[in-house]
Amino acid sequence: MEPFRTFDSPLIALTRANIDTDQLTPARFLKKSLPPGGYGEILLYDWRFDADGQVRPDSPIDDPARQGATVLVAGDNFGCGSSRETAVWALTEAGFRTVISTSFGDIFHTNALKNGLLPIRVDEETLERLFRVAENPENRVTVDLEETCLVLPDGARIEFPVDPFARECLLRGLDQMGYLLAIDEAIASYEEGHPLPAIQLPEPS
Amino acid sequence: MSPRTLFEKVWDDHVVHRNGTNGPDDPSAPVVLYIDLHLLHELTSRRAFAALKERGLAVRRPGRTLGTIDHIYPTLPRGADGSLPVVEASAPATIAQMTENCRELGIPLLGEDSPLRGIVHVVGPELGATQPGMTIVCGDSHTSTQGAFGALAFGIGSSEVAEVMASQCLLQKKAKTFEVRFDGTAQPGVTAKDLILALLAQVGVDAGTGHVFEYTGSAIRALSMEGRMTICNMSIEGGARAGMIAPDDTTFEYLAGRPLAPAGADWDRSVERWRQLPSDPDARYDRSVTIDASAVEPMISFGTNPGMSMPITGAVPATTGVADPEERADLERALGYMQLEPGQALLGQPVDVVFIGSCTNSRLSDLELAARVMRDRRVAEGVRMLVVPGSQQVKRAAEEKGLDRIFRDAGAEWRESGCSMCIAMNGDQLAPGQLAVSTTNRNFEGRQGKGGRTLLASPLTAAAAAVTGVVSDPRRMTEPASAPLEVTT
Repeated sequence: MEPFRTFDSPLIALTRANIDTDQLTPARFLKKSLPPGGYGEILLYDWRFDADGQVRPDSPIDDPARQGATVLVAGDNFGCGSSRETAVWALTEAGFRTVISTSFGDIFHTNALKNGLLPIRVDEETLERLFRVAENPENRVTVDLEETCLVLPDGARIEFPVDPFARECLLRGLDQMGYLLAIDEAIASYEEGHPLPAIQLPEPS
Repeated sequence: MSPRTLFEKVWDDHVVHRNGTNGPDDPSAPVVLYIDLHLLHELTSRRAFAALKERGLAVRRPGRTLGTIDHIYPTLPRGADGSLPVVEASAPATIAQMTENCRELGIPLLGEDSPLRGIVHVVGPELGATQPGMTIVCGDSHTSTQGAFGALAFGIGSSEVAEVMASQCLLQKKAKTFEVRFDGTAQPGVTAKDLILALLAQVGVDAGTGHVFEYTGSAIRALSMEGRMTICNMSIEGGARAGMIAPDDTTFEYLAGRPLAPAGADWDRSVERWRQLPSDPDARYDRSVTIDASAVEPMISFGTNPGMSMPITGAVPATTGVADPEERADLERALGYMQLEPGQALLGQPVDVVFIGSCTNSRLSDLELAARVMRDRRVAEGVRMLVVPGSQQVKRAAEEKGLDRIFRDAGAEWRESGCSMCIAMNGDQLAPGQLAVSTTNRNFEGRQGKGGRTLLASPLTAAAAAVTGVVSDPRRMTEPASAPLEVTT
């Protein structure tokens, strides 16, 4: 995983609340594994593209004035619903490194951190402020994970909470698999104290 | 030791290792949690298997892993030559890959020919693999279903699936607790599905974020295990990654004699242990809500998330009453998608499709409920009805009881088991614009097919819509042959 660096970016705003992972990556595209970049192409497909597969002129994600944006700001409860990690892959493949909302679906939040996508929780008032900032495509915000703060165009600094362990993993680009494999002895010792039989499926009768 | 909730007891029992940048006692630090049972299905395990191979890793406990095929599997019967109908070009390859991965890594699989195959959250309990006090995960958000047994069961992403495969553990932050109490007795015609939709209508779709629900109260105790599974299934729709119900005699009776449940002296010891799991009398929850089950009516959704639900006799809310402009815009957009008018009733609304199935409502008792409405009736002209049992075992049990005949005689399609029209990636789906009454869990835009419109409801309400062709109150169905609709599931 790439270490998370401080960056600044225009904001892309999706003001709707409860944007679910079925919208982020519709199931009909997920029947087979997609090639690299494929998930980015289907991101929010039914909102972004018309019946002929053309980008809708009002699609915030595709605003030419915000090319290269890495920060998404969205309504409450972003990423609710299904556990599909494709929702996160679609966002990272489309270039996003940060999503800001008042709350996130728990599974989406976990998936995001596993893929170097920083979910930032802000209060309702800050969210409204960010929506206003996003109205002007010239406005840029700085995301500083070292200092755990957002810097707005007027210089205002907004601190955000982040779990110290998650922050450490993001900043160092660490993946948690390595951590789990390294504590093999502790796992083995737990297993010794908590034996569970191997599943033997019944023979068909 | 201070009094603990059910969740805290199961959590404490599975802590392998504490970790943290501020030392092992840092409360914000994640812990390493042991996973007793890892369920797999063919879709979300794909990338995890690939990740394991890339890194040359083995599966740590293949014997605590169990695979099935449900999401992409067609529910049409096999052809006369025994071949699988190809309704999705990529399905055969995905199924073959899942089968090969499980064989190679020694993971037991309820494969395409297994008479035990079915929806992952149906087969775990049915086989007795799901037990009280366990930690259970699956790359599927409806893993919460299995919390009905007093297990801590939750959905995970594909990266976590790979982590559990390799280490049988997950790094987890402890969730907060949220008691959802259903007092009183549900009225006839009101099912578990109505209770959970009533909760979601009251608290919304994000109330449970960061929490684990524990469902308590007399109306929960009165439910069968299948009804309890319906409730826990939709915990994730309230934002809670897991929902739990304390195990009791109903739980033990359900599990006794199931193939993967403990047996003999081991059974007795297990029950003794399971009896210690319910929350201590003085245990505290971080949040709580109480619902009077006796006041709950049959429920139906009207919008594009499950919190947008109402009593079936109610009216779609007026958008003018919503003060917050973004909330109002969301409601307007939802009603626009649903092609419903603010203030309108849903009773009498013509429907195109009725779907009975999914991990929410595809068990035998769900099919029995629907069959009681369907008996001696016909699916209304112009309505398509699909009945998809949750597993091959449910299918056989329903056929032994003659339920398939009731559905077929009424003009419904009776299918093989699978996720079917709940996920719409297996050939079963709505056409754009079609309106369905569906026993599933999500009414998100396009969930049941691009442009499809979903009204979530119980099997009774779905069946009532099928025979009348319009949204109907199941309590008002005249009874040609059967007893009053006393429902205790």
